[in-house]
Amino acid sequence: MSNKPKFAMYWAASCGGCEIAVLNIHEKILDVDANFDVVFWPVAMDAKYKDVEEMEDKSILLTLFNGSMRNDENEKIAHLMRRKSQILVSFGSCATEGCVPGLANLFPVNEIMDVAFHTVTTDNPNNILPQTSFEVPEGTLHLPTMNSRVKTLAQVVDVDYYMPGCPPESHQIAAVVDLVIQVLQGKAQLPPKGSVIGAGNSTVCDECPRARNVKMIKAFHRIQEVAPLDPTLCILEQGVPCNGPATRSGCNARCPRVGAQCIGCYGPAEGVLDYGARLVTAFASVVDAKEPAEIESILDGIPDPTGQFYRFNLADSLMRASTSNWKKNGH
Amino acid sequence: MSEQFEPVIVGFTCNWCSYRAADTAGTARVKYAPNVRLIRLMCSGRLDPTFVMKALAGGADGVLITGCHPGDCHYIEQNYKALRRFLLLRRTLAGLGVEPGRIKLIWASAAEGLKLAHEINQFVEEVRALGPLNWPKWNDQPAEIDAVKEVA
Repeated sequence: MSNKPKFAMYWAASCGGCEIAVLNIHEKILDVDANFDVVFWPVAMDAKYKDVEEMEDKSILLTLFNGSMRNDENEKIAHLMRRKSQILVSFGSCATEGCVPGLANLFPVNEIMDVAFHTVTTDNPNNILPQTSFEVPEGTLHLPTMNSRVKTLAQVVDVDYYMPGCPPESHQIAAVVDLVIQVLQGKAQLPPKGSVIGAGNSTVCDECPRARNVKMIKAFHRIQEVAPLDPTLCILEQGVPCNGPATRSGCNARCPRVGAQCIGCYGPAEGVLDYGARLVTAFASVVDAKEPAEIESILDGIPDPTGQFYRFNLADSLMRASTSNWKKNGH
Repeated sequence: MSEQFEPVIVGFTCNWCSYRAADTAGTARVKYAPNVRLIRLMCSGRLDPTFVMKALAGGADGVLITGCHPGDCHYIEQNYKALRRFLLLRRTLAGLGVEPGRIKLIWASAAEGLKLAHEINQFVEEVRALGPLNWPKWNDQPAEIDAVKEVA
């Protein structure tokens, strides 16, 4: 074993995009290799949980943990990585705020299973469902059990830093890698525990070059219904729901710059306690109507406000889950 | 005999009209249900939807939002903003399973103490009929909320 500090990366309930974003730092990945000993990274190298369990506590310097807490295996490994790591980073939107997997909190678990295994899109004539334990001649096999709701990493273990984004932008990852290497060389200091790293402190609107004219709108449209979008004007002011006003900066307004609305993957901006509530404020501000009936008809243009406002943030919102989830599953 | 369910309602009032309406009700010794806990804001336009969510997630069964009548806002038209937020917030909360009847918007001028008292009584009965909301106390509240508790 080398004397280099140890590095680990783990994925819980996630899509793998975070790992790709890490590899997208290009030649900087060589710096990671030069400065760290990669001891555990299931997507990139073979490793067993047992190997990690046998490591000394706090022997891993840096763990980037992505993915949300969907099942008991996710939580078990979260506790394991917390125990073995000095610095545990909640990496990416899933770990930090639940992300798209968190939208499952709008439904009870059995309904999710039904949709996955019993709808027309699934060819399952014998009605086979995954079982969490199964007897074979060699003994009992176990599969992870689904949690009643999706949780964020910080709702399960103590987290040192948060790095938002779905996935985090590669230039931000590279900057964080640089920072950690400088800290190792004694040239820089770590930010205070609990900081959001690899992102800005303001909103996407702040980085967006589009002009805002405080224009009021008479209708909301889906983006494909507005053609062509004016390339210089604020997307929200053109009637297309854009989540920029509540979303943390750091991506350099990547989507609005190329004519797509911000969907909010960097999570709540600094000081925003509830992301959806902030968007309610922002969207209500541009509606150009004073009569309840007219306001309602304009709001009909946002057919799914809960999904629009909580696409990434439901699991970390004040409400966390819908009544149909917690009344059925308990909490 | 089973005890009647007493809903907990958080009520937001504006400094210039609806808070004064509540004051008027008090001065005139008009009684209204004690279920509502009034919080004074400078304007209904100050009402951040976060307040409503925090109230519901924190144990309230209903939230009452009050302000000056349309056209009478001390800050010209912030109550229209409150109206739009209220309507959008109600839709958003419905997606989370919160019945639309649990949040209500009422306009009341400083002179309408009697009207406000009547509306409060009616809202309390409406929420009572809906029953307790009982939003779960998540045992994993973020540090920010713990910090607020410590200060309080």
